[in-house]
Amino acid sequence: MLIRRSPDIPASDITDERLFWSRREWLAAAGMGLAGAMAFPRLGRAQEALKPDSWDVITSYNNFYEFGTGKDEPKENAHTLKPRPWSIAVEGDIKKPATYAIDDLFKGMKPEERVYRHRCVEAWSMVAPWLGYPLRDVIKRLEPGTRAKYVEFVTLLDPVQMPGQRRDVLDWPYVEGLRMDEAMHPLTLLTVGIYGKPIPNQNGAPVRLTVPWKYGFKSIKSIVKIRFVEKQPLNTWQLAAPNEYGFYANVNPNVDHPRWSQAKERPLGQLFKKPTLMFNGYADQVASMYSGMDLRANF
Amino acid sequence: MTEAQVIRRVVKPILWVAGLAPLAWQVYAFLTGHLEAEPVKGMEHFTGRTAIIILFMALSVTPLRRLTGIGGLVKVRRLIGLFAFFYALIHFSIFLVFDLELSFGTLAGEIVKRPWITVGFSALFILLILAVTSPQAMVRRLGGKRWQAIHRLVYLAAILGIVHFLWSQKKDIRLPLMYAAVLGAIFAVRIAVARRATVPRTRGARAG
Repeated sequence: MLIRRSPDIPASDITDERLFWSRREWLAAAGMGLAGAMAFPRLGRAQEALKPDSWDVITSYNNFYEFGTGKDEPKENAHTLKPRPWSIAVEGDIKKPATYAIDDLFKGMKPEERVYRHRCVEAWSMVAPWLGYPLRDVIKRLEPGTRAKYVEFVTLLDPVQMPGQRRDVLDWPYVEGLRMDEAMHPLTLLTVGIYGKPIPNQNGAPVRLTVPWKYGFKSIKSIVKIRFVEKQPLNTWQLAAPNEYGFYANVNPNVDHPRWSQAKERPLGQLFKKPTLMFNGYADQVASMYSGMDLRANF
Repeated sequence: MTEAQVIRRVVKPILWVAGLAPLAWQVYAFLTGHLEAEPVKGMEHFTGRTAIIILFMALSVTPLRRLTGIGGLVKVRRLIGLFAFFYALIHFSIFLVFDLELSFGTLAGEIVKRPWITVGFSALFILLILAVTSPQAMVRRLGGKRWQAIHRLVYLAAILGIVHFLWSQKKDIRLPLMYAAVLGAIFAVRIAVARRATVPRTRGARAG
């Protein structure tokens, strides 16, 4: 399926998987060479560590209950979702609340490719090359007011397009939220693609959130509403099981889920686990936002 | 062929093949890369569900025997029960090797800390006791009454197994509830059959 791209993204900016890989290999080789020359062995290893999973893996193993609770069900069932035309209502404390056609919301902006670790709260993980717009750039454009302390996101509610919503396994529609500083963090993306291709329905077409230092359930899919609010939003999984899922949901190997340890994670396709990194490896960039906060209480 | 011969020459070989088929399928899937993206989770779920299903079959032997009057069926009960234990043991071993990396300290911690692991491990422990006491020699040594009392723990193991399954689920509990319904049905039939008690017990066959 081909979505219409904004005219500002030349076709040459959309990387196909093979090209992407050759570029990666080149980067890795350059990284290794540099590392060898400058005696920074870590650099080379870090490059290697972020080798993205294949398109197949990323797009066939999804938690997207709107299309069924099995991980293979979204890929099977998500064809009913129509990602175009798509509009997003922007509400709350901003200068001009309005409903935007998705392409208008990103008009004049250039999507960026970001290879991020993705850590599910269920203790599996993958690496994905997302294509997205920094959320901060969109927010700046919307000019939020002083009462906008949090940003709330809402997924489409439409049991015809999303047959999983016919069962009340969760309280529909799916809701997520970020604190304003988290939303404004440069790592936070509104994601529209994977491997340079339009994001497939099962991964949250046409636009989803990507917050790489938080458990996957924070990265809400198929967003139709963005609200700028004063009170901390009640996110869907917290509502479903408040003792197991919190608002912050920062990846933290030291705070267990009540039913399993979060100290390690299993990369998709692998037999053995590897240690989970604090803030999913993004501590350098994000830890300061939570300094002085009890991360055990605010899980 | 006599009833006993049919059971020995036909029923038992079929049970051996059927009992080993799930394992063969897992080994095949493992070797050919047909497991899901989370292979360990896939194997754990498969072997766990298989253990519970086979345990259901073992629990169905006595009612079936009473209903059909084929008393000799008791001779296959032990084999079926041992297969249930076998899959529970594989299930546990996968957890121990791939999730805990053979750290028995972590295992002890998990059993103490996490109720769903506690009940699952208890079910396995019961099945271990039943497996160890399953040979005829053990029946004789313990005496029929005591042996029977011990082997009634199988009901508890089945319930704990389903609770373990239920508590392992994130949100969607349809499947464990279906298993619970099947177990409820088996219990109902057993109770009804026991009340009727129309078929006289054959010598040496014990109700269990």
